[in-house]
Amino acid sequence: MSITAPGKVAYINARIIDPASGYDGPGELLTVGEEIADVGRKLFDGKPPKDVKVIDCDGHILAPGLVDMRVQLREPGEEHKESLKSGGEAAVAGGVTTMVGLPNTNPIIDDEATVEYVARRARLQALTKVYVYGAATKGLQGKELAEMGLLAQAGALGFTDATKAIADAQVLRRALAYAATFNLLIIQHPEEPSLANGVMNTGEMSTRLGLSGIPREAEIIMLERDLRLVAMTGGRYHAAHISTAESVEIIARAKARGLNVTCDTAPFYFALNEMAVGDYRTFAKLSPPLRTDADRQAIVEGVKSGLIDCIASDHAPHDQDSKRLPFAQAAFGGSGLETLLAVSIGLHHSSDMKLIDVLRRLTIAPSELLGLDAGRLAKGKKADLVIFDPDRGWKVIADDFRSKSKNSPFDGQPVQGKVLRTVIDGRSVFDAQ
Amino acid sequence: MRDQVFPHRHLLGIEGLNPLEINHLLDLSERYIALNRGTHKTSDSLKGRTLINLFFENSTRTRTSFELAGLRLGANVINMQVESSSVSKGETLIDTAVTLNAMHPDVLAVRHSDSGAVKLLADKVNCGVVNGGDGSHEHPTQALLDALTIRRRKGRLSGLVVAICGDVLHSRVARSNFHLLLTMGARVRIIAPRTLIPSGIERWGVEIFTDMTKGLKDVDIVMMLRVQHERMRGSFIPSVREYFRFFGLDRAKLAQAKPDALIMHPGPMNRGTEIDSDVADDFERSAIREQVELGVAVRMAVLEVLAQNNAAYSAEAATGAAK
Repeated sequence: MSITAPGKVAYINARIIDPASGYDGPGELLTVGEEIADVGRKLFDGKPPKDVKVIDCDGHILAPGLVDMRVQLREPGEEHKESLKSGGEAAVAGGVTTMVGLPNTNPIIDDEATVEYVARRARLQALTKVYVYGAATKGLQGKELAEMGLLAQAGALGFTDATKAIADAQVLRRALAYAATFNLLIIQHPEEPSLANGVMNTGEMSTRLGLSGIPREAEIIMLERDLRLVAMTGGRYHAAHISTAESVEIIARAKARGLNVTCDTAPFYFALNEMAVGDYRTFAKLSPPLRTDADRQAIVEGVKSGLIDCIASDHAPHDQDSKRLPFAQAAFGGSGLETLLAVSIGLHHSSDMKLIDVLRRLTIAPSELLGLDAGRLAKGKKADLVIFDPDRGWKVIADDFRSKSKNSPFDGQPVQGKVLRTVIDGRSVFDAQ
Repeated sequence: MRDQVFPHRHLLGIEGLNPLEINHLLDLSERYIALNRGTHKTSDSLKGRTLINLFFENSTRTRTSFELAGLRLGANVINMQVESSSVSKGETLIDTAVTLNAMHPDVLAVRHSDSGAVKLLADKVNCGVVNGGDGSHEHPTQALLDALTIRRRKGRLSGLVVAICGDVLHSRVARSNFHLLLTMGARVRIIAPRTLIPSGIERWGVEIFTDMTKGLKDVDIVMMLRVQHERMRGSFIPSVREYFRFFGLDRAKLAQAKPDALIMHPGPMNRGTEIDSDVADDFERSAIREQVELGVAVRMAVLEVLAQNNAAYSAEAATGAAK
C-alpha cells in the first residue's frame, strides 16, 4: 500500500454522512494538505480546479473515519499477537482512523514515559492515530491509585484497569474522586471478579456444554454498585462493553438521575449470542461472555436509542496458541477492528436504525466523550475519512485479516458493508481497489 | 472570679465560640508577645498552679509550646508522654483521667489520636482542659495562633480570603480554622484533590477548588497543610511527585494570590511535598516562623484564663458544698 503525500484532493459524487452536523446527503469535500478545506453539497460545479486530485466516490458514503475507543494493541510487550504496525493496518482496513489502546501492555501504561513511548511509536507507523488510556491503579493491581494527573498531562485519555474490574469499592471510590479532581474519565470493565470464574455465560447452554459459567449478575451487580459510587463521588464513569439487558436499564436510570455516566458495547454483543459458542468455539470465548438472545436484543435497542453511547471494537488479538486449547483454557477476546464497521452497519440493515445513527456511535460520540478533535467533517478539521459501500456483501475470512491475530467470532460469516478507502490527515492509507 | 468574656472551664474546640470570645482570647495573647520577646520571660500569674501536658500522641512543637507557656506563667509543669506510660499497661483513658485528677492539677493540655477523646477526658476531671489536638476533630490553639498571626499582619480577619490547601480530610487544624475564620467573617476556600475533601464540608460555607491555580486567585492568605507520607502511596494520592506538581505551593502557583498574600503552615513542613523551600523561606511573605512564636503567647493566654476560671469554679463548688 502506497502512502501518497497530501496535496489538494477533491472527493466528489459522494453521499456525505456527518453525524456531528446531522447531514446525510449528496456532497463533495475538498482536502488541502492534512485538513478539510471545504465540505458542501456542490463545491466545484462539476469541474474541480486542475491542481486538484479528484477521487470519485461513485455514490458511496463519505464519512468521518471511525473512532474506536477500546482496543488492545499488545505493543509494547506482546508483539507476536499484535503490533502498532499490524494493528494500524487492521484499523485502516476497517475504516478506523483513531483508536484508543488499553493500558494492559508490558510494561503497563502507568507512567508518563510509556504513554509517550506508545504515542511516538504509533506516529512512526503513520497509520491510524493511536491514543491510550492510563492505568487507574498502579500495575493494574486494583490497590493504589496511579498518577492520573501526570498521565493525563502526558496524553492519557482516561483511566481504566483494562480487562480487569476495579473491584475494591474503596479503591474505585477513591479513583473516581481523584479523577474528578482533574475532570478525568474512569472506564470500568464491569464484572464482579468473585462471580466471574467461569468461561461462558451461565445458563442452560453452559450446563449442557459442561462449562463453568459467568452469571449475568457479575455485570449487573458491579454496575449497580459502581453507579452508587459515582453518585457519591461525582466522578465521570464509563462502562465498557455492556452485555446484559439489565445493564441497559441500569445505565438508563443513572442517566435519568443526571449522573455523569456513559457506556459502550462491542459488535459481538449486539450481533451474537451465547449460541455462537456452539461446539466449543474458542473464538467465541469473549469477556464479558456472549449472553442470551434476549440480552442481545436489549443491547440492539440500547444502541438504537442512544442509551448505549458508543460502539467500540473491543479488539483483543490473540495468537493461535492462545485459542487452540480446550475451551476452558483458551484466552478471552476476539479480533474486532476489521469487522467493526460491517457488523455495526448490520444494525441498519436488520432494523430501522438509521445509518447516520450507527455512525454517530462510531465517530462523534466517542470523540466527544474522550475530548478528541476528531469524528466530524468540518472545515479546518483533520482530514480523517472513510469511504464505504454500505450494501456490498462480503464474507469474513479471518485468515485474510491484516491483524496478526485471526481470532474472530465472525469468521466465515457473510456481512454487508465494505470499506473502500481510508484517509488519515489527507493521505489515503487504505484503498480496497 | 471567672473571666467575664470567656467563662468556660475548658477549651475543647473553636466550634461554638462567638466572635467576642475569640477576639478576647486574641487580645489576651497580644499582651504576652512582648513578654516573650523580652529578656525576662516570666510572669507569676500562674505561680503555684500545676499544668500537666498529657500527650497520647507524639508531638514536639505543640508540647514544647504548652510547656514554655506554662513555665513562663510561673506554673509547675509536668509532661506525660502516655504511650510509654500507663496506657501501654492497659489503663483506660478514663482511669488515667481519674488518676491524674486525684493529683489536683489546675489545667490539663491533652492531645489524643482519637477524635472526641479529649472531651471524654474533660468530662471526668475537675480541672480545666485545653485540647492540644484530638484526632481529625479540632486543634483550637493552632487556629487561635493562626488567627493572631493573620490579625497582626493584616489588621483584621473579616473579609479576608483564606485558602486552606492539602489534606483537609484528616486535618484537625483545618477544621478548627474553618470554624474560627468563618465565625470571624473571613471567606474560606479549600484546595485539595477530591480524595482529601471531607464529605458535606460545602455546607459549612467554604468554597471548594480542585485546581490550585484557580483556587489561589486573589487570596490574602495561603494556608498549607501537612500531608502524611503514608497517604501518598496510592490510597489517597498516587505519589509525592504528582502531589507536588498539582498541589504543592511553588512560585508559579503562588503568583495567582495577591502580591502581599501571607504563606502559613502549621508545621512540621514536608519540603518538596506540599511546599517549595523557596516559598517556605520567603522572608517577606512566609509567616511560618511567626506562627510558632505566637503559639506560645496564645497558649499562655489560654492557660491563664482556664486556670482563672477553674479556680473560680472550684471556689463556687466549695461554697456550694458549705451551704
